[in-house]
Amino acid sequence: MTAQVITISSGKGGVGKTTTVANIAVALAADGAKVVCVDGDIGLRNLDVVMGLENRIVYDIVDVIEGRCKLRQAMIRDKHFPELYLIPAAQTRDKNSVSPSDMTRLCNELRPEADFVLIDSPAGIERGFRNAIAPADRVLVVTNPEVSAVRDADRVVGILEAEEKRSTALIINRLNPILVKQHDMLSAEDVLDLLGIQLIGIVPEDEGVLVGSNRGVPVAQDAKSRAGQAFRNIAKRIRGDEVPFLDLEKQSGLWDRIQKMAGKK
Amino acid sequence: MMSWFGGRKRSAESAKERLQLVLIHDRTDLSPAELTALKDELIQVISRHVDIDADSVLIDLQHDGRSQRLVADIPLRNVTRRSAG
Ligand SMILES: Nc1ncnc2c1ncn2[C@@H]1O[C@H](COP(=O)(O)OP(=O)(O)O)[C@@H](O)[C@H]1O
Ligand SMILES: [Mg+2]
Repeated sequence: MTAQVITISSGKGGVGKTTTVANIAVALAADGAKVVCVDGDIGLRNLDVVMGLENRIVYDIVDVIEGRCKLRQAMIRDKHFPELYLIPAAQTRDKNSVSPSDMTRLCNELRPEADFVLIDSPAGIERGFRNAIAPADRVLVVTNPEVSAVRDADRVVGILEAEEKRSTALIINRLNPILVKQHDMLSAEDVLDLLGIQLIGIVPEDEGVLVGSNRGVPVAQDAKSRAGQAFRNIAKRIRGDEVPFLDLEKQSGLWDRIQKMAGKK
Repeated sequence: MMSWFGGRKRSAESAKERLQLVLIHDRTDLSPAELTALKDELIQVISRHVDIDADSVLIDLQHDGRSQRLVADIPLRNVTRRSAG
């Protein structure tokens, strides 16, 4: 096994990075992949609660880096999927306790152990973000169809270009098809046109996401959820499958145009 | 696409137009004021060599995917018209 290391980033906070990591991880694991999630948001850890694993934490990422425990000891096994693990962030330390080369070393140690390593990046474009992208083979940039989130995503894409991280793809989260239809929300097509990068997923606004995080069970485990379906589709595209984009905006014909823009037709 | 509501632009359209400008300036690190200064200087320099129709000059930043270009359309005046006038 040689894991692909994928970092989920955004620039702006609160757009759905942690939600995306948890859901893609669950979807990949449900398909039989071995997945290790790394919470890179040191000082503001959240991936543990979103995945429902907060009560199982003994060691964290800083313990591994500073040699207080073995890598294995900091890998918390998921409740539902035996091949899904979380390495939690340290809650009482700051981002400077980890360096980009620490992250690269940690991921290199994980590569032979897994199919995918997913890193949850903190908001911002400083140290924590730099740590999170250092080991990445691929970066997924999450944005919302909203002015400041798109602007911040553009900054992040610009930095990734400068760092020559070539494999960058976009996730548009919290799209509300009704608002798009009444021209009060940027459409997926608008966002793609503005950012000019490849699209890997469109996730609708879905209250199931909140319910899932209340319970600590990511919505991708709910077969009926629209957002869950969107996250499962992203997981399939990560594995290289061609999956049509969700028909969120059937009436407007937008779906067809997006398929074309993504080169699927 | 123009859709109007109570005489006002629909908000998605405003968002897109505003973002187009903001992103170009963010990416090039060129403020609107600097762009105006650049245009003025460009017109001055070119006028030193040829007679141009300064009012019809179009100089703008455009984006194509993730790359920006400065596009200039500078109409030149005819020499015949110049000597006649
Ligand atoms: N598709 C969605 N539909 C509804 N709520 C969402 C969706 N994605 C994220 N959220 C909510 O948005 C909030 C921020 O998400 P989170 O993943 O913590 O963002 P980040 O990690 O980028 O700060 C959370 O309350 C989450 O439940
Ligand atoms: Mg987060």
